[in-house]
Amino acid sequence: MLKLARFLAPHRRQLALVLVLALAQSMANLLLPRLTSDIVDQGIIKGDQFHILEIGGLMLLISLLATAGAIAGSFVSAKVATGFGRDLRGAIFARTERLSVHQFARFGAASLVTRTTNDTTQVQQMIIMMLTMVIAAPMMAIGGVILALSQDTQLAWVLVAVMPVMAVVFALIMRGAVPLSTVMQVKIERLNLVLGEGLSGVRVIRAFDRGARQRERFDHANLDLTDTAISVNRLIAVLMPALILMLNFTSVAIIWVGSHRVDAGVMQVGAMFSSLQYAMQILFSVFMVTAMFVMLPRASASAARIHEVLDLEPEITDPAAHAVETGLEVRLRAGAGHVEFRNVTFQYPGAEEPALTGVSFTAHPGEVTAIVGGTGSGKSTLAGLIPRFYDANDGEVLLDGVDVRAVPQAALRARIGFVPQTAVLFTGSVAENIRYGREDASDAEVRHAATVAQALDFIEAMPDQFASPVSQGGTNLSGGQKQRVSIARAIVRRPDVYVFDDSFSALDYTTDAKLRAALRAETSRATVFVVAQRISTVINADRIVVLDDGRVVGIGTHTELLKTSEVYREIVASQVSLDEVA
Amino acid sequence: MSTPPRPQPSGPPTPPRPPASIFGPPRPMGGLGVPVQKAKNFKGTLNRLLGYLRPHRGALTVVVVAGAIGTVFGVVGPKILGLATTKIFEGYMAKAAGRPGAGIDFAGIGRLLSGLIALYVVANVFQYLMQYLMANVAQRTVYTLRQEVEAKFDRLPLKFFDTRTRGEVMSRAVNDLDSISGTLQQNLTQLLTSVLTLVGVIVMMLTISWILTVGIVLTLPLSIIIVARIAKRSQKFFMQQQAALGALNGHVAEMYGGHTIVTAFGHEERAIATFDTLNAKYYDGAWRAQFVSGIIMPTMMFVGNLGFVFVAVIGGLLVTRQSIAIGDVQAFIQYARQFSMPIMQLSGIANMIQLTVVAAERVFELLDEAEEAPDAPGATVIAEPRGAVQFDAVSFRYKEDVPLIEDLSLEVAPGQTIAIVGPTGAGKTTLVNLLMRFYDVDGGSIRVDGIDIRQVKRGALRRTFGMVLQDTWLFSGTIRENIAYGREGASEAAIVEAAKAAQADHFIRTLPENYDTAINEEASNLSQGQKQLLTIARAFLADPAVLILDEATSSVDTRTEVLIQESMHRLMHGRTAFVIAHRLSTIRNADVILMMEGGRIVERGSHHDLLAAKGRYAALYESQFAGRAVTV
Repeated sequence: MLKLARFLAPHRRQLALVLVLALAQSMANLLLPRLTSDIVDQGIIKGDQFHILEIGGLMLLISLLATAGAIAGSFVSAKVATGFGRDLRGAIFARTERLSVHQFARFGAASLVTRTTNDTTQVQQMIIMMLTMVIAAPMMAIGGVILALSQDTQLAWVLVAVMPVMAVVFALIMRGAVPLSTVMQVKIERLNLVLGEGLSGVRVIRAFDRGARQRERFDHANLDLTDTAISVNRLIAVLMPALILMLNFTSVAIIWVGSHRVDAGVMQVGAMFSSLQYAMQILFSVFMVTAMFVMLPRASASAARIHEVLDLEPEITDPAAHAVETGLEVRLRAGAGHVEFRNVTFQYPGAEEPALTGVSFTAHPGEVTAIVGGTGSGKSTLAGLIPRFYDANDGEVLLDGVDVRAVPQAALRARIGFVPQTAVLFTGSVAENIRYGREDASDAEVRHAATVAQALDFIEAMPDQFASPVSQGGTNLSGGQKQRVSIARAIVRRPDVYVFDDSFSALDYTTDAKLRAALRAETSRATVFVVAQRISTVINADRIVVLDDGRVVGIGTHTELLKTSEVYREIVASQVSLDEVA
Repeated sequence: MSTPPRPQPSGPPTPPRPPASIFGPPRPMGGLGVPVQKAKNFKGTLNRLLGYLRPHRGALTVVVVAGAIGTVFGVVGPKILGLATTKIFEGYMAKAAGRPGAGIDFAGIGRLLSGLIALYVVANVFQYLMQYLMANVAQRTVYTLRQEVEAKFDRLPLKFFDTRTRGEVMSRAVNDLDSISGTLQQNLTQLLTSVLTLVGVIVMMLTISWILTVGIVLTLPLSIIIVARIAKRSQKFFMQQQAALGALNGHVAEMYGGHTIVTAFGHEERAIATFDTLNAKYYDGAWRAQFVSGIIMPTMMFVGNLGFVFVAVIGGLLVTRQSIAIGDVQAFIQYARQFSMPIMQLSGIANMIQLTVVAAERVFELLDEAEEAPDAPGATVIAEPRGAVQFDAVSFRYKEDVPLIEDLSLEVAPGQTIAIVGPTGAGKTTLVNLLMRFYDVDGGSIRVDGIDIRQVKRGALRRTFGMVLQDTWLFSGTIRENIAYGREGASEAAIVEAAKAAQADHFIRTLPENYDTAINEEASNLSQGQKQLLTIARAFLADPAVLILDEATSSVDTRTEVLIQESMHRLMHGRTAFVIAHRLSTIRNADVILMMEGGRIVERGSHHDLLAAKGRYAALYESQFAGRAVTV
């Protein structure tokens, strides 16, 4: 929580202002009881009615000022707290955008969305609470004690004594409640897990006629949670009455001690009058702090989650400016797009086994290099190393002879056209989505890209052709249509290197074949990587790299591999055995 | 509550949140000025919700009595405190006047104060008792509701789950119930004490001075008018803020969802720029909404202060005229403070109750969903199913106006393998749904071993079938528990036997804790192929007469598929099997292949017959293997 305080730093001045306003407000509010004591001592006791009216007018004026201060305080606090929230959100978003694909995947999109939105709101709410309520609490408490002291020391001690007692009672209750609440959280999650499983597995549960067992599991989790919830709430139920009882005792003590002080002639009745009010004010401050404690666990959990993101240094960074070879950009621009893997080993952080081990091969412009292998063999990981979604642990990936890590990311990725397995489109028109590949592409270029990607037919059939909107998540397009737009997006970029990460599996066989034919012409001078499952997709590749468990177990053309690679033969056999029979 | 600590002009912007919410879900602040959703049938839903409290009538009676005692005793407090002050004042004045023997009556004050202490203790003990009992009532009630929801899930037709997202259903079963739980726990007792405090305070004030009481009560309409005006403005800003937040969240979700693409195309800066614009817009609405709702409290407090000054001045004047005692003024000041709090609380509670009724309405909607028809009276059990299946002129549609399966007939002998192929939407999975009675036929009938399946108990019917689906559903638990799911009370030996038959035993033994290895929530510690082998083992254990394989291997790669198929063939041996497959390579050995299109069987026969017929099946087959001039 404290670590996020730096986001308040730019608002230092406003914060100071909030403090001043809170102070003024507290002072004004403390003055009111003081003035009542004046009414009692100067007005009532002396029977001076004019004085009573005079003081009354003063009190009105002061409360008007207090209200003005409170409104001004609310204004500044609102701006500070929401400004804090805005900056924090901005920082998380900016950081998240720069996370590597792998770092990103470790959190998952859903969790990061929560951190960016809900968690910041939670912390922002806490700041608002602090600024509008909590900040004034210590001022009220200290101010109240000082004012009470100025009237009568002995009476003031009653106030001073009761505060630590309250703190101890509060701490004791919380000490019991907080661990219980952690237990409760676990049980809530358990219940939700059982419930969620029941929903996602409803077919299987019914197929095996195990509804009774599911109910039993749920009932168990439900009962368990209920019991804990009852314990927690019973414990919490002590809190309010206990604190209020202490306030009540304090009032009684003030009257009792006060009566003796008045009798001794060291204190006036009015002072006793106002001490009662101070007691209430002070204890009220304690309640405010209690309220903050109530919100604190949630807010600090949110803050911790936010911090996890902000703490993360982007894994993939640009080389320092001075380290970038002079003339590198020019050289790269002139390069044709040779890609070389030189003894590359890559292991996901925390994984037991490397995903890729000692991978070496070269891909040339004008050639298609296919990567095949079973699920989990490391195909997509290999493809991700080219645009630096990950960095190799060992060995290097070279683009035109330059280690990709020595190239600024923007310059590197500008040369690569990447098409993922599942097409991702953004809200906007079809044309905007294609132009995502290259912003200055002309209409003709966009159209051409769509033509090559076999997307023209369906785009033209849409009501507004290229201007037709793509809804969020691309839900108004079929999977195959989205994939073709995603391919057009890569084509319009005119990259030197194409990476198709299993991008053709959403297409039916006929479109797949047509698309590959059109692509051949378009990419005749580029280096093309095709990650694929279907043998039919890779059969005509210039080079096929066969992966098994992260190792290269064969490189060559289809015909060569049929002779040399056992794994390749198995893959082929598993797919085409039918043809033998047919 | 006894003397609630709402004393000073500095009163709180909101009442301290009831502590029970510490651990609850985030609840809307119940704040003023926040727009509230309206319930469709407020009264009916509220009554129904209150009906759930009926079993707790006894406890609730005690809660009400305890709350009443606690509140009344608390409300009397300031009056007695005032009496003590008056005694002190009188003694002081007498002494000042120099009357001989005059002084403060300590014995009298002592009696008053000891009485007061007893009163306060009783008040707070009862307050505690109220809250203590309410914890039980609230949680038990929600427990019952949760049980009802779960039991309901068991009786709902599959259609319900097929037409709703999991999130939608979960939100009702979790969030809405949480909301109800919070309100039962906190707001009901708050409502009780607020109303009682309000009434008690007015009564107490009237006993002191009607003039002062009228003055205080008159501040009430003033604060209502002010709050209503501000709330109206703040609602506008809240709406603005909500719209901006929606846009912002949309952008975040989209950019995060497409993170790889944003990175690959180097559009991070652009995403950030858009975010900043939306974020600024949100800030614009947010601070205004925050500010406007933030001034409600200070202005209400100002009104409260007006009352305070009024009491101090008029009360002071009345004392100088000796119409009331000074202790009464002190008590009145305390009452005046207590007067505005219950009103503020009540408006917050009103909002919370509205929200809760909306939540309850959504839960009740769920509980009122149409259920599966119960088993027919006299429904039987197929004792020793052989696995003969007959579809007799079956017709079925999911939507009334969209015909799907029309007049479909099919006869399957025990032990036959039936493959069903066809494009998406042809009705392949629908056949399975009908066979399992996940859905009931609209016309015609389905018979297993000659018995209409509607005359068989659902549970018994389903035990006749074993299912292996593309979606390998495993639950959190050990491997053993997941296999044992296939048959209740299966022995250890039977479980291992099933795993062996499914060729899963080997990989299970390579896992750190063999059969005791826990499957985590996403089952990410197993590969897709391994998960599928476990579900096959489960089906082996169930030992069904009829087997249904619905795209069982479509999510694994082809090499793994070859391995799984071995297990699958062993499982199918000697059983009637329905196989739905996307890859035609997997079904060529079927006894009968049904080619379905638009809910009809357009071709039926063996693989060779159908290829020779050069019809739809042959065309589909060709398209799958087109462009595959493979020379092996």
